[in-house]
Amino acid sequence: MALMMFSLIALGIWGLRLGVDFRGGSVLEARFDERPSVEQVADALRDLQIEALKDLAVSPAGTTDVVMKSGQLTEAEHQLIVQRLTDSFPKSGFVETRFDSIGPAVGSELRRNSAWAISLALAAVAAYIAIVFRAMRRVLSPWAMSVATIVALAHDVLLPLGVFAFLAHFYGVEIGAVFIAAILTVMGYSISDTVVVFDRVRENIIKGHLGKDADFGRVVHESIMQTLVRSINTNITTLLSLVAIAVFGGQSIRYFALALIIGIFSGAYSSIFVASPILVWIGRRGS
Amino acid sequence: MTRNAKILSITLLVSLFLFVYVAPQLVNKIPRVRVPIVPFRFGLDLLGGAHLLYQADFSGIGDINRADAMQGVRDVVERRVNYFGVAEPVVQISGTDRLIVEIAGITDVNQAIRLIGETPFLEFKEQIPDAAAPKDDSITEFLAQWRSTGLSGKQLKRATLTFDSQTRQPEVSLQFNDEGARLFAQITKRNLGKPVAIFLDGVPISVPTVQSEITDGSAVINGGFMPQEAKLLATRLNSGALPVPIRLVSQQTIGASLGAQSMRDSMRAGIWGLAMVALFMVVFYRLPGVTAVLALVVYVLMVLAAYKALPVTLTLAGIAGFVLSLGMAVDANILIFARMKEELSQGRPLALAVNEGFRRAWLSIRDSHMTTLIAAAILYGFTTSIVKGFALTLGIGVLGSLVTATVVTRAFLNCFIGVWASTRTWLFR
Repeated sequence: MALMMFSLIALGIWGLRLGVDFRGGSVLEARFDERPSVEQVADALRDLQIEALKDLAVSPAGTTDVVMKSGQLTEAEHQLIVQRLTDSFPKSGFVETRFDSIGPAVGSELRRNSAWAISLALAAVAAYIAIVFRAMRRVLSPWAMSVATIVALAHDVLLPLGVFAFLAHFYGVEIGAVFIAAILTVMGYSISDTVVVFDRVRENIIKGHLGKDADFGRVVHESIMQTLVRSINTNITTLLSLVAIAVFGGQSIRYFALALIIGIFSGAYSSIFVASPILVWIGRRGS
Repeated sequence: MTRNAKILSITLLVSLFLFVYVAPQLVNKIPRVRVPIVPFRFGLDLLGGAHLLYQADFSGIGDINRADAMQGVRDVVERRVNYFGVAEPVVQISGTDRLIVEIAGITDVNQAIRLIGETPFLEFKEQIPDAAAPKDDSITEFLAQWRSTGLSGKQLKRATLTFDSQTRQPEVSLQFNDEGARLFAQITKRNLGKPVAIFLDGVPISVPTVQSEITDGSAVINGGFMPQEAKLLATRLNSGALPVPIRLVSQQTIGASLGAQSMRDSMRAGIWGLAMVALFMVVFYRLPGVTAVLALVVYVLMVLAAYKALPVTLTLAGIAGFVLSLGMAVDANILIFARMKEELSQGRPLALAVNEGFRRAWLSIRDSHMTTLIAAAILYGFTTSIVKGFALTLGIGVLGSLVTATVVTRAFLNCFIGVWASTRTWLFR
């Protein structure tokens, strides 16, 4: 719970830094053999009289790259900038590696679509859980499981968001469309993890493994213990794959992998320490 | 043949076939073996290229069928894009008034953008007969000398790249339709011995002097072109006019070098991921771990073959989706093994433990895979192609995992159940 509070505070104070995908604007990434300083680059572009360059932000990336962010540039302006940079640093081996220019309409659409996708996923999951676990009706409302799952879900989504708010504030890390993909995947994993525990609970209750009138809390606890090893192992293998991506996958995908790692790790944690206690709490209140 | 042996041999055969399909380059290294290569489809962020989003502007157009107009726009743009000769360009309508263009492996994106978005306006102009002499060399004074003849790109039937037979200079040969031929005959008759200007997009590109009256409706522009320029001009003139003007609203370009590096990185990530997971499985689960690794290999082959066959465009995020689904595939196996261990520790005989393990793990496998599939399905409805690619690879991976975990792992495990293994249950603990 403490982590969740931290994330909420981090989000509240620092906020997430939306990338070009969401805000609109331009990003130009370039690679130099001999990288000029940030000031040199800014100076070179200073007198180009381009409106969008008024909020130009130049930052280094890695050991050889420079990232230039600004308002949206037309293709003509883009070419002017490229030409100017090539002329200003003739011996530095300037090569443009990436250029994105997103219109404001497209950016706000992405924001809208993302919000929709996440809400839709939440609803779909709640419904799926309620349906799949309807056999539990005799013990407690199936919505109880949905609620517990969703709270765990919120926790799992908030944690990476909080971390990225932290990163945004201190390191200027931005989120793009791929981040939303990571969040939705984390949601999928969080559910599946929680479901495994609840599956056990259901089995134990229906089959009366632990005695017909066993205290609900005990049943849940036992179920957790039974699935713990499996849960840990599963997450280890997934995390191993993700670590491989984060370490070897290259710059563009690194933060994506990071978001997934935090989220999935949190998913495992939340099934045990968030979803289950809530389930017990609701279950006990019901009976 | 026992049922298990049958399943195993089928699996082996299929795996072999899949391997040849997925990695023909490796197979071709065997001397005297020549297997056809079907390439993987890679996305922009791995090949380098551009993703362009155009907005059609219907404001000045009035009442026309929008769907038809968009189709027309799509066709014209596709013709223009084909000029670049890239493999598999994507030109598709998005929504009601947008066009997505994806060109992979292109080096000059700027040229592509200019070519795609602009309708060339070709005009023949003649000198105004009693015009005052130009006051100076400026372009406005020059333009003031000329007036429109009514002959323009509208009457153009075809433009072709030709080479002058004597000078070998590249030229653009124009062929007008009947109305154009008629007009041209009149113009040339009117202006015998005088210059006639050919304007492109408001700029004169050629000002030849009329030698004779031309009645067959054919003309040649030789403005000192480089071959590429002439070909470009012919393409632009031939592709026709855009029914609706379009505006570039969003552009994402990846340089080829970054793309190549991303490709290398993701290959490494994939292989390392596979290695680490395989190691973990064997160490922790021993013999069942080995069978899981074998099943994993089959899984990888199956999924990669599916990616190639469909085909699925692999982007960076897409490969991440694949690596992720690898984790999930292993997950399914772990569920089964965990159950098996439980059964074994409760003293059940091996064969029974295996069956029970599968039966009881099925529900958990089903639920955890379903929820991930739901997430993938929702992601697929997303706007950006990169997220879509991720959703697709993840979804296919998860489906593949469902299949291999149940069918393949089981077959492999079953073949180890025999008298030999059942007394050595330590292999399974």
